[in-house]
This record gives sequence, C-alpha cells and structure tokens, in this order.
Amino acid sequence: MDFDLSEDQRLLQDSLSKLLKDKYGFEQRKGYMASETGWSRDVWNAYAELGLLGMPFAEDDGGLGYGAVETMIVAEQMGRSLALEPFITTVVMGGGFLRHGATAEQRADLVPKIAEGKLLLAFAHTEVQSRFDLHDVATSAKKDGDGWVIEGRKGVVVHGDTADMLVVTARVSGARRDRDGIEVFLIPADAKGVSRRGFKTSDGQRAADITFDAVKVDAAAKLTGGLALVERVADETIAALSAEAIGCMEAAKDLTIDYLKTRKQFGRAIGSFQSLQHRAAEMMVCLEQARSMAMLAAMMASETNDAERRRNMRAVKVEIGRNARFVGQQTVQMHGGIAMTMEYAGGHYLKRLTVIENMFGDMDHHLAALSEEGGVFVAA
Amino acid sequence: MELRFTDEERAFRQEVREWIDANLPADTRERMASGRTPTKAMQVDWQKRLYDKGWAVPHWKVEWGGQPWSAIKRFILSEEIQSTPAPTPLGFNCNMLGPVLIAFGTEEQKKHFLPKLASLDLWFCQGFSEPGAGSDLASLKCAAKKEGDHYIVNGQKTWTTLAQHADWIFLLVRTDPGAAKQQEGISFLLVDMKTPGITVRPIITIDGAHEVNEVFFDDVKVPVANLVGTENRGWDCAKFLLSNERTGQARVGASKERIRRLKLIAKEAPGGARPVMDDPRFRSRLTDVEVQLKALEMTTLRVLADENRQLSRGKPNPASSVLKIRGTELQQAISELYVMAAGPYGLAAPNDPEADGRNEPDIAQDWQTLAQATYFNWRKQSIYGGSTEIQKNIMAKAFLGL
Repeated sequence: MDFDLSEDQRLLQDSLSKLLKDKYGFEQRKGYMASETGWSRDVWNAYAELGLLGMPFAEDDGGLGYGAVETMIVAEQMGRSLALEPFITTVVMGGGFLRHGATAEQRADLVPKIAEGKLLLAFAHTEVQSRFDLHDVATSAKKDGDGWVIEGRKGVVVHGDTADMLVVTARVSGARRDRDGIEVFLIPADAKGVSRRGFKTSDGQRAADITFDAVKVDAAAKLTGGLALVERVADETIAALSAEAIGCMEAAKDLTIDYLKTRKQFGRAIGSFQSLQHRAAEMMVCLEQARSMAMLAAMMASETNDAERRRNMRAVKVEIGRNARFVGQQTVQMHGGIAMTMEYAGGHYLKRLTVIENMFGDMDHHLAALSEEGGVFVAA
Repeated sequence: MELRFTDEERAFRQEVREWIDANLPADTRERMASGRTPTKAMQVDWQKRLYDKGWAVPHWKVEWGGQPWSAIKRFILSEEIQSTPAPTPLGFNCNMLGPVLIAFGTEEQKKHFLPKLASLDLWFCQGFSEPGAGSDLASLKCAAKKEGDHYIVNGQKTWTTLAQHADWIFLLVRTDPGAAKQQEGISFLLVDMKTPGITVRPIITIDGAHEVNEVFFDDVKVPVANLVGTENRGWDCAKFLLSNERTGQARVGASKERIRRLKLIAKEAPGGARPVMDDPRFRSRLTDVEVQLKALEMTTLRVLADENRQLSRGKPNPASSVLKIRGTELQQAISELYVMAAGPYGLAAPNDPEADGRNEPDIAQDWQTLAQATYFNWRKQSIYGGSTEIQKNIMAKAFLGL
C-alpha cells in the first residue's frame, strides 16, 4: 500500500498547476464565465497540448493509457481553480462510454478527435422524473430497420449546449423503472430532431435541456453495455467529481485560513478567537476524511466486481457530500459578508461544491441505497 | 500510488487470523465479544501468548523485541486482534512507557523493564492527571524532593486506569517548583506500587464500573535510578508519549467488529412491527456511521503509510489529528446505535457475570443491558488522551498556524 505519487504523476500535477496559475486567475475566470460558451477554448487547447484530453484512453486508440489516479490529480487541480471547461463531461464521462462501450472502429474515429480538443461530449441522461435513479428512463428507442428512433427529453445535460456528440440513455423495452431494457446511444448533437436549450447552472457553468423528436440513428450508434455501462461510467465520474471537490475544499480552506490570519476585528486577527480556530480545525478534519475517500474512489474506479465498486463509490459520494457541505458553508461563515459577494472566490467554492453534491446522487440517495444493499462492511 | 494490500499483506492477515483462532481462549473471546473488558488474568494470559509469538510489541525496535515490519503490516496485526475481538496488548506498557524508555531510558532501565513490559510480567499504570491538572497537564503539583539516593513523592494522581491491577506506575512529578515555565520543572519517574505510602482508592464511573482510581502518595521513597531521562525534562517524555498515543486511538478494527456485531443483533432485536434492522431510519444512521468509519480506515492507512516520511520531516501528518477526533466520535456514535437497538430493555442495568452469583434468568439479554453502560463509559473517549477541544487547539497551532 502506497499513497505517494510517482515521479510522472508529480510532473503531471506540477505542469497543470502551472498552467492553471497562469490562465485561471479569479478575474480571468470571470471572463471565461461571461463568454458565450461559459468556458475557454484557449484553455481547452492548452489542456490538449498537455495531453490531458487523451489521458484515459488506451495508447492503441490514440490515448495515453493513464488510470484513475491521473484523473484524480487533474480533477483536483481543476477544482482548486474552479475550472469551467468540459473536462469531466468529455474526457471522463464521454470517454468512459467510449472506452467501455464503443467498438474499436468508433474509438479509432473519435478518440484522436477528443485528444486534439476537437470533439466535445456530454451525457444526456437525467429526466424530469428520474431524480438520481440511473435506471429510471422514459426516453424510448424503437427499432427502425437496422437503426433506431429516439424519442424523449433529457434535462440538466451538463455542457450539453456546446457538445458535438451526445451520449443518450433510452429504453428499448420494459417499463420506465425496469433495470432491464436500457441502452446507450451515441448521437451527433446536430442530428435531425435534436433541439437544445442551453442554460446557466447555479455555479456559473452551462447545461442544456435537450429534446429528441424522432431522431433516427443507425445500428452502430448503440453502444454495448446497457445499464451496467451507465453505472460503471457514473462511478468513474463520481471518482473524478470527488477529486474536483477535494481541490475546491483545499483551496477554500487555504483561503479561509489566510483570511483568519489577516482580518482584524476587536483589534486583533479573528484567527485568535478559539471558536474560529476550532471550526478551522474541524474543516481540516473534514478535508482529510474527504481526501481519504477521493483516494478510495480512485482505487475503486477500476474495480471489476460491480457490487464492490458500487458499494464503495456510494460511501465515497456520501462522505464527500457531507464534508463538502461543511467546508463550503464554513468558508462563507468564517469570512463573513465578503464571501457572500460574487466578487470573491469563497462563495464560488460553496457553489461548485453544492453542485457536485447534487450530481450523480446526493447523500440521502446513496445512504438509502447503501443501507438497502447491506452497508459498507459486509460479511467477508 | 497503490492502494490495495499486496498478496504478501493479504497472506499475513490470513496467518494472523488463523493463529488467533488457534490460540485465543474461548472464555476470553466470549467475554470480549459481549462488549466487556477482559479480566486481568485474561489480559495477562493473552499478552504472554502474543509475546511468545513475537507479536506483542512489533512497533518497538527489533533489538528490544520489535519486528522489522512495515507500518501496514503492524496495522493488519492490530486490526485482526481488534476485530476478533481479542484483548489488545496493554497500552500503558506497549504504546506509552515502552517507546519512552527506548527513546529516553538508560541501558539498565531498558534491559530491566522492556522485556517485562512486553510480556506483561509487570503491569504499569499511568500517573499523569491530577485533580487540578486535566487538560492543563503541565500545572501538575504532585511533588518529588531529592534526598540522597531517593526522591520523596507527595501528592495525588487521579483517573488512574486499572491502578487496581498495576504492579508499577509511571509518574509525572514536579521536581523544580521554582522553574520559570511550569513545563520545565517536571520529571518522569517509575514507581513500584508496593512502595509504602501509596494508597489506591476506586472511582466508580457513571456506567457503574470500577476502571479508574485515585492514587495518593504520602512520603513515598523512589530510588533516583528510577528517573527516566533528565531531571526536570520529564515534559519531553510526556509530549513524546502523548503524540505516540494518537494513531492507536482511531481503533478502526474494534469499531468494525462492533458494527458487524450490531448488524447481527439488530436483525433479531424486536422493533415493534419489524426487527430494528428493518427500520429504515435506524439502518440509515448505521450506514452513515459505516461510511465515516470507512473514511477513517483510509485516513489511518494514509498516516501509517506516511510514517517514514513523517520521521524525516520531524512533523506529524496533518491527517493524524483526525484519528483521535473522528475515531472517538465514531466509537461513541456506535455506542449510541446499540442504545437505540436495545430500546426499553436497555434500561436494565448490566449483570456482572462474576459478582452476581444468582441463578434467576436475566431480565434482559446481555447486550441489551450493556448498551447503555457502554454508551456512558465511552463518553470518556473524547475526554482522555487530550480532549477533542485540546486536539483542535493543537491542530490550530501546528497545522493552521493560528
């Protein structure tokens, strides 16, 4: 057991950290956020140059063959800077579907484009009624000759407004909440019958509400794997989001500690007050517990036993959510009014952490499912 | 980064498990599983078996009976002992005094005491706290005056755990009342409990148990050869001892065992319309504690795996402070879950299987009567060994620079 980064991993961390320092000042970020896409093409191209966009793909497919630890490193750095680019949606989620569900031909076609920064993906899954249940799918796919016709509506498709290609879940058989009968389709965003309405998310990122109106796709559009594929990619995404949350929490904690040392009230630094010292110490406890779980997530992302992976990932998501909420809220509370303003980074960490908490299952969702499944420590 | 146990580590876990199964006496296992602490005889017998196997003090230097193992391997042994559950080697001997003697003791002291500490031929207790010196330990008053070859000790210690079993006590005493800083006039002494002038008086805690004591010293003569380290520098030993204390306090293995047991119990426990375990609110609370325990397990492993670098850094890993704070919180949370599972039959005070000697049937099941007692007893965990508040003070100073 070894928790250290390798030399190469450290190098990856350093070069991304340098890039973000250069391109992701708080004012620069504001500019990206205000742009039409809501993120920066320039930064995206810089990620491509660093090799980040081809990271998780096999070398044979045109990638670097990196694993979940590298994804963790990258997502954590992006979290520190509150980076806005569609890295997780394109590389982790879209990439996950391609790696585990696409044919060699599809990967040969698409992976190099992703790696070069020329192809963006988004995962169109959530529906009005589904909340966090991955198996709750009303969107339908009906056989049409060799191909399929997709009909339905997907909401809160993160970065769905700028994506070139959508990964869409649809039901080929069964009732809305059946575990069987769900398939995953790869659909060009400009296909006939796809209409998108982009909107801002609460943390300043972008998403889309997407309608599929008799969208015809050919047989090759259906990936292999169904619901099990969706669950696997969801778990890999939870791992990446957890690492991003660690970056947010770490930066928020640093910001708060600095503030406690410099802000003066009653003639002294507010960090001299014990009630705030203890809260800061508790923040640190929360951060370390969360960090442990982000590491567990990186380890579990490649676990081949599905039940084991799911169980651990649920635990990860619960613990990340709990601690993210505490650290985010206390960042604002201990700063006072200044962190309530859009002009200060503190509140933006709370916003991003809140969004992460509500992606791919909140605490209650995973706690309920986990206790239903027998808890964390099952009999060996 | 490789976060899985190696094949060798997994094989070692299996070896430990089999050895414990073959060597742990059935009555000891049964008593431990009921949630009670071991009797003195059980503790001594079990630690001798561990000692003979070379497993009582694996974290000590090899020349003093330790093992050349990685921190992870030591973790596996201790986790298996806790999760059996079997008695853990006596902390006062093995985790507190032993490392202090190895770091600060004379050759004679090491040769004389270390093997007896490891084998539990001598049972030590800890004489730190006083009625006026709790969290503010350095304000202690128990005094030792040097007269020729002896110190004469006068004063009182309190919260002395298992002093009723102890052969010896390690003691913080004030040797220089005039020192500029109160930390500077303290010395660390080893005292034979049979020395004339020592009185042990039981303190019964809110769970009804006799675990802690007051110890009074009235002109107690202690040979100067029993001074550990330098006179008036005893605070160095105390700080060293307290910082070593933290990692063990997470007690993840013990908590996992308590949770596994609770799941079995709650499946049978009457909960009105359904067993307690089928109440979604109870189950969700239980799962929530499991999740936090899983995180703590990972944090413990991170701290252990980082041990070598910590030594070269000369500064503990920030994650180490988490262990005491969350470890004790979770043990307490688990004790609350037992109380919830027991419900109204948890109102019955515990039976003492040794003292009672009656033969009527029990009012309630054993675990039910122990649930509240354990809950009351475990409130101590966030108080001893540096309270949660003291831990946070330490963190604010050391890691946060506040």
